[in-house]
Amino acid sequence: MKGDLFNRGDGSLKIIFCYIVLGLMSFVCVYPVLNILSIALRPGSRLFQTNLKIIPDNATIENFRIALFERDFGLWLFNSLKVASITTIITILVSFSAAYAFSRYKFKGKSITMTSFLLTQIFPAPMLLLPTFILLKYFGWLNTHLGLIIPYIAGAVPFCVWTMKGFFDTVPYSIEESAYIDGANLFQVFFRIITPLSLPAIGVVSLFAFTGAWNEYIMARQVVSDEDLITLPLALTNMQGQFNTEWGVFAAASIMTAVPVMLVFISLSKFMVGGLTLGGVKG
Amino acid sequence: MQGQSKLQPYYLIFPAILVLFLIVGFPLVYGIWISLTNMNLVNFLEPHFIGIKNYIDVLTSRQLFQDIVRTFYWTFVNVFFHVTCGLFLALLLNRKLPGKNIFRVLIMIPWAMPQYIAVLAWKNMFRTQYGAIDIIFNKLGIENIAWLSDPSWTFTASIITNIWLGIPFMMANLLGGLQSIPNELYEAAEIDGITRWQKLKSITLPLLKPVLTPAIVLGTVMTFNMMNVIVIMTEGSGSSQTEILVTRVYRTAFSYFSYGNAAATSVIIFFMLAAFSSLFIKVTKGDKGVYD
Repeated sequence: MKGDLFNRGDGSLKIIFCYIVLGLMSFVCVYPVLNILSIALRPGSRLFQTNLKIIPDNATIENFRIALFERDFGLWLFNSLKVASITTIITILVSFSAAYAFSRYKFKGKSITMTSFLLTQIFPAPMLLLPTFILLKYFGWLNTHLGLIIPYIAGAVPFCVWTMKGFFDTVPYSIEESAYIDGANLFQVFFRIITPLSLPAIGVVSLFAFTGAWNEYIMARQVVSDEDLITLPLALTNMQGQFNTEWGVFAAASIMTAVPVMLVFISLSKFMVGGLTLGGVKG
Repeated sequence: MQGQSKLQPYYLIFPAILVLFLIVGFPLVYGIWISLTNMNLVNFLEPHFIGIKNYIDVLTSRQLFQDIVRTFYWTFVNVFFHVTCGLFLALLLNRKLPGKNIFRVLIMIPWAMPQYIAVLAWKNMFRTQYGAIDIIFNKLGIENIAWLSDPSWTFTASIITNIWLGIPFMMANLLGGLQSIPNELYEAAEIDGITRWQKLKSITLPLLKPVLTPAIVLGTVMTFNMMNVIVIMTEGSGSSQTEILVTRVYRTAFSYFSYGNAAATSVIIFFMLAAFSSLFIKVTKGDKGVYD
């Protein structure tokens, strides 16, 4: 039995060690979030308490109710979902094709193009704010979701290209070669061969693009001022900026903002499970 | 790849280049132009060309050297822990362990929280008397630390927060890379009686390199330019002793409205990171594939 559940040759001590480390790390990762949860569950708007209880005395879900039904949470959620999913889909398509070219072809200017992709990421963000604003104004994209989506794509593409290119490099060319010999065209190779083999990379990259668009608020604040268009993080910072912050509602809304990302992660994590290339090379 | 147009790779990279050129190209050139002007709040609409005066001001300021040292320290400590902890966790989660999916989801939580919220949560935990860390220290009988009022401790608190924020991203990235290493290689190596350390050194790390190199380069760039954590953490207690280069750009531009000076600092950051990235890629040959 043990041979099927664990790596071969692992002693019980080692397995226990693995679980202890993972348990400890999970606790460290989750604890600050539990802290927010604890604020959300407190009655009224108390930010401070002097004990470590996660479930406070007189715990109530009143703050969640207020955030959900007395604020425009549904609208903010819809806006965020729209912006983040369109960003993710376009980013994946654009990066996939570029990464494939970088990984599989030799062409003039390849090295310099790859490096300049990286260079676009290194100019400090605060200095890009003003020129981006001017540019979006010129295109008439201020106060539109497109004005958020396009810059978010530009922000995610370089990383995604590099990561996918690195991943494609680890996939042996022999599989595609035989497909080309059998008369497959580029698109068939893309969708029938490369996509299934690179699901782990697509998973990571989608998550990167999605969370990037989901959590960004500094640029969003410059681009979108229309109340009907604001995204979740923007709504959250607005709530905190108000004269008298309702910490409980703020905390409840924060927790709920993280939930969709968790759901996306859980649904993507199935793709990140291994053993894919192995079968491919054998076949 | 015979029989295919020589132009094909250019078609494939064209959409990516278009987006980047549009959205990053112009702002970059514009930023360089601002750095050569005296743009500030007063002459915002009619800045004058003043040559390299901003660069001279930045390069001769007494703060600069300290800020650079602090930025290097910040970047190195953060990236070091991101990569080592991320790799360690990825290796653990790449094993066969029943229930590991639960751990994997829990460890991703710092990445799922909006950064702004996560940093506020940590700031709350670092508070004197009411903060979770202080309460725990009290119970253990450790003397309280003035996390948020002593600048050097605020900086440490920011580093701790940023390490926490960055590990899941690195872990997910490396886990993706680990999945692509065929199991057969390990099985073959085991038959040859290889030690665990050799396995890591001669199979895992070399095959992980195409994923690891961009992850380290981008991780370094992102950490170097990470301003949210320090800006939020020091809000209300700002001090020159917690400043790194990018927060300096932020404050010069948005507190002192001295855009020309901020842009000059940005251009200097740009060249420092460009030098680092190209050197790192050259040394590790990160742009070449493993099977090249």
